[in-house]
Amino acid sequence: MSGQRARFRRKQTLLRWVVLVVVFLFFVLPLLGMLDFTTQGPGGQGRTLATWRTLADVSTISVDYPALREGFLASVGLAVITPVVMLLLLVPTMTWVRLRLPGLSRTVEFICLLPLTVPAIVLVVGLTPVYAWVYYFLGSSTLTLALAYVILVLPYAYRSLDAGLRAIDVRTLSEAARSLGASWFTVMWRVILPNLRTAVLSASFLSVALVLGEFTIANLFSKKNLQVAMYELGKSDAKISVAVGLAALVFGFVVLFAMSFVGSARAGTSPFSRLRRRKEPSA
Amino acid sequence: MAESATARPAGALRRLRPSGALAGVVPFFAYTTVFLLIPTLVVVIGAFLDGDNRFTLGNLDGLSSPSVVRGIVQSLVLSAVTSVGGAAIGGLLAYAVSTARDGSVTKRFFTSLCGVLAQFGGVALAFAFIASFGGTGLLTVLLGKVGVSTGTGFWLYEWDSGLMLVYLYFQIPLMLIVFLPAVEGLRPQWREATETLGGTTWTYWRRVAAPILFPSFVGATLLLFTNAFSAYATAKALVSQGSPLIPLQIGSTFTSEVILGQENLGKAMALAMVAVVAVVMAVYAWLDKRASRWMQR
Repeated sequence: MSGQRARFRRKQTLLRWVVLVVVFLFFVLPLLGMLDFTTQGPGGQGRTLATWRTLADVSTISVDYPALREGFLASVGLAVITPVVMLLLLVPTMTWVRLRLPGLSRTVEFICLLPLTVPAIVLVVGLTPVYAWVYYFLGSSTLTLALAYVILVLPYAYRSLDAGLRAIDVRTLSEAARSLGASWFTVMWRVILPNLRTAVLSASFLSVALVLGEFTIANLFSKKNLQVAMYELGKSDAKISVAVGLAALVFGFVVLFAMSFVGSARAGTSPFSRLRRRKEPSA
Repeated sequence: MAESATARPAGALRRLRPSGALAGVVPFFAYTTVFLLIPTLVVVIGAFLDGDNRFTLGNLDGLSSPSVVRGIVQSLVLSAVTSVGGAAIGGLLAYAVSTARDGSVTKRFFTSLCGVLAQFGGVALAFAFIASFGGTGLLTVLLGKVGVSTGTGFWLYEWDSGLMLVYLYFQIPLMLIVFLPAVEGLRPQWREATETLGGTTWTYWRRVAAPILFPSFVGATLLLFTNAFSAYATAKALVSQGSPLIPLQIGSTFTSEVILGQENLGKAMALAMVAVVAVVMAVYAWLDKRASRWMQR
């Protein structure tokens, strides 16, 4: 029986590695193609690191490629504003609905998941008249795109925040805080939010990833974010823009890979295990 | 307001309280109304209005013009092929990854890689393929060495060959992310129980795992379908001439000068897209509810 088990394990391991290697090759070859392309010398002869040297030189790149600099700064700004607006909008609302208006929870869920059925390209069509007003009130800065991006991230943010809220007892926590004289603001800021740390982190991270990769809305509203800058640069200076694309992918991978270690460490410290650990010294 | 509230007896005040609670959700509903519901209504209503804001069914007639029909059909075919292909390969990948130990570097590596490839997508992916299959591109050279000619390289920009390959490149990672939780929900006890009862590996897959995974698998495939159907960036970055897909056609009504009276054709096309995605998502939601029965741990 144990021999059969071992044989099964060996077969499973073999299958695993065959599949993983084949798919990995499919994933990695185009990326190597990017690397290869950016290091090709003039006329496809020899190797040169000139492209990467230009990219690493921040002062040159911001002078020679002002569009890239503009797009990068805009994307960074959007990646800060979008998660902040999303959290300000969702965390209080979802907590409040749980505490005081449970009857509305289905409606809120429906609205939050609605963007899944509205492709970004459709949202652009519908948002045009709305943005005429946004430009009128807030000016036509690229950063106004954050308002539309909040809608795009709504379903993903809702799901992770909902999972986070489900894991804690919002009612007991807030009643305990209120009976000790805390204001609603204190309840939100010092009781609910710290308990939602992991969910807030993952919702924010999803938003940042989505914002950094967004192209459709920015391009059709003629705003320059990182992706649009890359796309436009691709027509005139392909090497630099391919290098930027590769750098963005590698950067994203490194961040996600690092997050996967941090995330699991956090998951280990659930409220209960933390309680238990805190009790141990006194016991 | 405040005066009338104080003037009322306590009982009335208590009845008023729910409206006080409602004030807490006003910002959320105001925001989503302006940036989600109004845009949706603009599309839905605009699809039935002509240039002078009068009701018309002319835009829907415009949908039956040959170029629009071709765009819709090609989008549907592209999405169907890449979602089924992506689901099959991605499903196998998800199983392979799920057999790795929890928290092992292999598992973390693949989930992170797939997270990036599925999310970041768009322009960078298109560049990756253009760079690899260009005249002196790595894959052109590699394939040339083993005797496979990639021809003129124009196939990369065709919706039924190159685009499918590039779309698969973000569909497979998305499948891993969506399907992995379902595969990990398979408990080793179920396999052991099958073996105890004398079943083979085939019996286990045929009679236990497949029926359990089926709703999740179909659900994930539908999600991949909507993902490909709504994708715009990758196609835009690859295709520079013509608009073979419906998202590109909507985009072009947006940027180019449209013929008078056709301003709302884009909205009609957008409405058609929403209709397709809504149907698919409704089936997905129903399947997801069924699938989640097995996911409770």
